[in-house]
Amino acid sequence: MTVERTAPRGKPRRAATKKTTTAAARRRPPRPEMVQLLTPEGERVEHPDYALETTPEQLRGLYRDMVLTRRFDAEATALQRQGELGLWPSLLGQEAAQIGSGRALRDDDYVFPTYREHGVAWCRGVDPTLLLGMFRGVNHGGWDPTTNNFHLYTIVIGSQALHATGYAMGVAKDGADVAVVAYFGDGASSQGDVAEAFTFAAVYNAPVVFFCQNNQWAISEPTERQTRVPLYQRAAGYGFPGVRVDGNDVLAVLAVTRAAAEHVRTGQGPMLVEAFTYRMGAHTTSDDPTRYRRKEELEVWEGKDPILRLRRCLERESAADEAFFADLERESDVMARRVREAIRTMPDPDGMAMFEHTYADGHALVDEERAQYAAYVASFADHEHGHEGV
Amino acid sequence: MTAEKMAMAKALNSSLRKALESDPKVLVMGEDVGKLGGVFRITDGLQKDFGEERVIDTPLAESGIIGTAIGLALRGYRPIAEIQFDGFVFPGYDQIVTQLAKMHARSLGKVKLPVVVRIPFGGGIGAVEHHSESPEALFAHVAGLKIVAPGNPSDAYWMLQQAIECDDPVIFFEPKARYWDKGEVDAAGIPGPLHAAKVVRPGTDLTLVAYGPTVKTALAAAVAAEEDGVSLEVIDLRSVSPIDFDTLQRSVEKTGRLVVAHEAPVFFGAGAEVAARITERCFYHLQAPVLRVGGFHAPYPPARLEEEYLPGLDRVLDSVDRALAY
Repeated sequence: MTVERTAPRGKPRRAATKKTTTAAARRRPPRPEMVQLLTPEGERVEHPDYALETTPEQLRGLYRDMVLTRRFDAEATALQRQGELGLWPSLLGQEAAQIGSGRALRDDDYVFPTYREHGVAWCRGVDPTLLLGMFRGVNHGGWDPTTNNFHLYTIVIGSQALHATGYAMGVAKDGADVAVVAYFGDGASSQGDVAEAFTFAAVYNAPVVFFCQNNQWAISEPTERQTRVPLYQRAAGYGFPGVRVDGNDVLAVLAVTRAAAEHVRTGQGPMLVEAFTYRMGAHTTSDDPTRYRRKEELEVWEGKDPILRLRRCLERESAADEAFFADLERESDVMARRVREAIRTMPDPDGMAMFEHTYADGHALVDEERAQYAAYVASFADHEHGHEGV
Repeated sequence: MTAEKMAMAKALNSSLRKALESDPKVLVMGEDVGKLGGVFRITDGLQKDFGEERVIDTPLAESGIIGTAIGLALRGYRPIAEIQFDGFVFPGYDQIVTQLAKMHARSLGKVKLPVVVRIPFGGGIGAVEHHSESPEALFAHVAGLKIVAPGNPSDAYWMLQQAIECDDPVIFFEPKARYWDKGEVDAAGIPGPLHAAKVVRPGTDLTLVAYGPTVKTALAAAVAAEEDGVSLEVIDLRSVSPIDFDTLQRSVEKTGRLVVAHEAPVFFGAGAEVAARITERCFYHLQAPVLRVGGFHAPYPPARLEEEYLPGLDRVLDSVDRALAY
């Protein structure tokens, strides 16, 4: 059995080992703390609660999703460095958590993301170039949330957990068998809104999966600044199940999220999934992780790289040949070019757009200010025209 | 059907009832709104008749109430969230300001947020702290929200219907000190536009603007002033965002003087906005500076001092005298 036990940060693993020898621990059957179906070496392992049948084609599909998502992310990071984006929150390292969970959902499920769910957006069918608009500064979210059931990115930490819960309460009222998924991070688990979302979801039995990507860092604050207990255990205090899954294991994330979605769809109330993963890059391009985390830590996690892990599995099981990897590399290049092209041809919004959509039913002050601004802008046009006439 | 005399609390209750009857997507939610009927009994009997699925008792969490109302609206419902008292809205303020107000614009108009947040506001009922505040300016400063406050039972009935029908989020401030005042409500009538101010008493010497609980005070001031031979035109603003400046302008062009009264602190309040805009629009008609009368720049005081803090009849008349003295 290669289930990975993770000691709390800062404590020697020896301490965790010692704990299991207490009388209480000996009475309990050993239970994997973290669901894993694929070891860092790419070896498949069984889990009693989360069986997963996969075809080679499915494995290749997941691999393709992760590779393209990482390439898109890398391209966006580069575009930020080149001054084309104002900011970029990289998902590097979290591809398995996002692709595994995203691919576990049905089209009619509804997703409420934070601002880093580029891989989930990919699974929902959102054109990746649409994700760039808000980071370039041309809009606050350039996609229609109802087209792909993928809500707008949410910047205020944890707010969307309540939106997801309310939406799920509506789903329950409608008698629909839809799963709603709220994505958030370990930092958000400290927010009152996430606690309130847990409360509301539990008491109304709302069909919402709380999907926490514990990437170990909330900007510079480590997880132990957010909690003294493993995050998935929080669910028990609210009266619903919580599970920790190896967030760098796309197969385990897929299996666990699929089960969680089914759990909520079948009227059994909410469920918390903690994907134990790692943010390998900076929080955003404005961040400098070298100030607060050790190089050795990153190296440890690089050994658990979600993409490398699945590649090893594909090779081990002969599920993909060289041509597949070469084709995928070419596809990545094409995608990267498309992203660059889309950014560089993305038009700035018209000034009048400021006044659009502030209200659905109109507002007298907005009408007045729009007219004033239009007249102001027009005054320059008149002026230029006047010069031409001279 | 003829008009019926009823208290504002009853008018609001009837209005909610009508909304629940006419649209199955309408929901009432909040702390104690079910069996208790709300701390002011505005939702009295609604859960009994419409069930727990439509009239929802919530956990004691204001951010949770507003945040889940947003989610319900995204699912196609029209939630009416009750906040028990003005000072309790602040745990939900983040959701209102950062989420509810902006989501329509952020989605480039793709999603609508038809959420009404009902807040009993204002003082004069001898309550403890956080139960008597007037935070409307804090909301009016935020684009994406609409802010209204009825001053009588008829407006309470109709404006709440209109707020529920509106596709924008509406913060609906109910003057709790006027809940028990009675007035005519004609449920068969045709209401005017939600955001139109109303001249509730015509006059010629000075325009006195008020909304919510101060409308009654303003009307009393007009009666008192008449005894002194002064004719006040009283305008019920009704809507704080947007503000119907056209109606105000017409009145000020006629009277040449303007006093704005509200319970909220004067500093950065709705009166400041009215004064600035009317000065801009009516500069050559004004015979006196626009004056404001309202709360002080101090925390809302303990109940035994609130009569000093609130703009009562005497302070309103004092402002009127000052404006007439120019």
